[in-house]
Amino acid sequence: MSASLLRFSSITKKIWMALLGIFLLIFLVVHLSINLCLLKSDPTWFNDAARFMGTNYVVKTFEVVLFAGFIFHILLGIILQVQNWMSRPVRYAVNNKSTTPFLSKYMIWTGGIVFIFLAIHLVNFWAMKLGWVGGPRFADGEPNFYQKAIDLFSIPAYSLFYIVLIIVLGFHLNHAFQAAFQTLGLNFTKYSKCIERFGMVYSIVVPLGFIIIPIYFLLIR
Amino acid sequence: MNLTLKIWRQKDAKSKGKFVIYKLDNISPNCSFLEMLDILNESLIRKNEEPVVFDHDCREGICGMCSLYINGRPHGPDDAVTACQLHMRKFKDGDTITVEPWRAKPFPVIKDLMVDRTAFDRIIQEGGYISVNTGGAMEANHILIPKPAAELSMDAAACIGCGACVAACKNASAMLFVSAKVSQFALLPQGRPEAKERVMKMVKMMDDLGFGNCTNTYACEAECPKSISRSNIARMNLEFICAKASWE
Repeated sequence: MSASLLRFSSITKKIWMALLGIFLLIFLVVHLSINLCLLKSDPTWFNDAARFMGTNYVVKTFEVVLFAGFIFHILLGIILQVQNWMSRPVRYAVNNKSTTPFLSKYMIWTGGIVFIFLAIHLVNFWAMKLGWVGGPRFADGEPNFYQKAIDLFSIPAYSLFYIVLIIVLGFHLNHAFQAAFQTLGLNFTKYSKCIERFGMVYSIVVPLGFIIIPIYFLLIR
Repeated sequence: MNLTLKIWRQKDAKSKGKFVIYKLDNISPNCSFLEMLDILNESLIRKNEEPVVFDHDCREGICGMCSLYINGRPHGPDDAVTACQLHMRKFKDGDTITVEPWRAKPFPVIKDLMVDRTAFDRIIQEGGYISVNTGGAMEANHILIPKPAAELSMDAAACIGCGACVAACKNASAMLFVSAKVSQFALLPQGRPEAKERVMKMVKMMDDLGFGNCTNTYACEAECPKSISRSNIARMNLEFICAKASWE
């Protein structure tokens, strides 16, 4: 698989990177809308949403696309980065002082940190759904994600870890949004300011939405 | 001005280079950077030492030959100028100035601060032209060109191919250069017949030569002495997508 990915031209690899990135950006909004149900003291909302996501066949099909999307986005990111390191075998003695958006230079690192978070997140929830790890369950044997989320957020260290990693995700998204449009060739001067502003708002609002939940559980409940 | 210069010296492409420190006194702030290097070289020749090799030609900021990475920036601390148009008044008395050659796998060092930029010529050979039959000059208004397109095309054509974009990019990507050369034709009716083939062949050569991938940091745009816009990269990406999708 990697060998055929390597044969793609630089722009083709980046176009796939951007398309998968936009798909993941949309997924994050869906994920956030379900997570926000946790703020309601009645667990029915969240549990119903979680049960719908776990049983609906359209959603389950998208789950496969989502996993493939994550894997290819990560794989392409690594391939592009390794090629980029190889294109400058002798480094400069003086670090580059060009004016660039600060976060744009650290996408591989913020992406790596988000990947660690993703792995922990999958162990906590997806592996629990499959029964690979233990966790709270309903009487009918279905996983109780509401209880699991509350259990995790009641640990202050986990909540702090979650908040920090979501902030790093925000850093990743901050550059990712407008970079995806630039790669797809949709960033002409006419629209670039609008895309940059929307990307900035997205990279603040979405992570903030995720962060509100552990703060609510730590401070209010 | 009294200056300390830390200059990369390398005997030839195969030798291992190193930094050599030189002291220069009484340099006029009105000297250009290259004139300052000339003064250094004259003093080295007088001492029977090998002068520092660096690329230069017109010294008017239009030929694209100078290629010095000065204190962490291609063409030095001034914006939108080549190293030959950089003046010593941009530095302070007593400064230490580090001068390095462009660093990129497709730009191997020939000697000292001079690098081989044949890679850019090879990209141009792949499609940086339009094919026309020779003969009598045609009527100038035969093909009408909208003024905005002509303006954008001229902006892209301002690229002098110096390689500062590659030197500045953390990935040594040549996307700004290639996109300027693709855009200058893609925007004009004369460039359309070969547009698809051009973008695909030039991008392929760029990849084959070992330039890095663009990660949209826009250091290229920030350092370009001709202020070539990043929107050219977006245009090239779109040209590439359309060409790939519709190529038969």
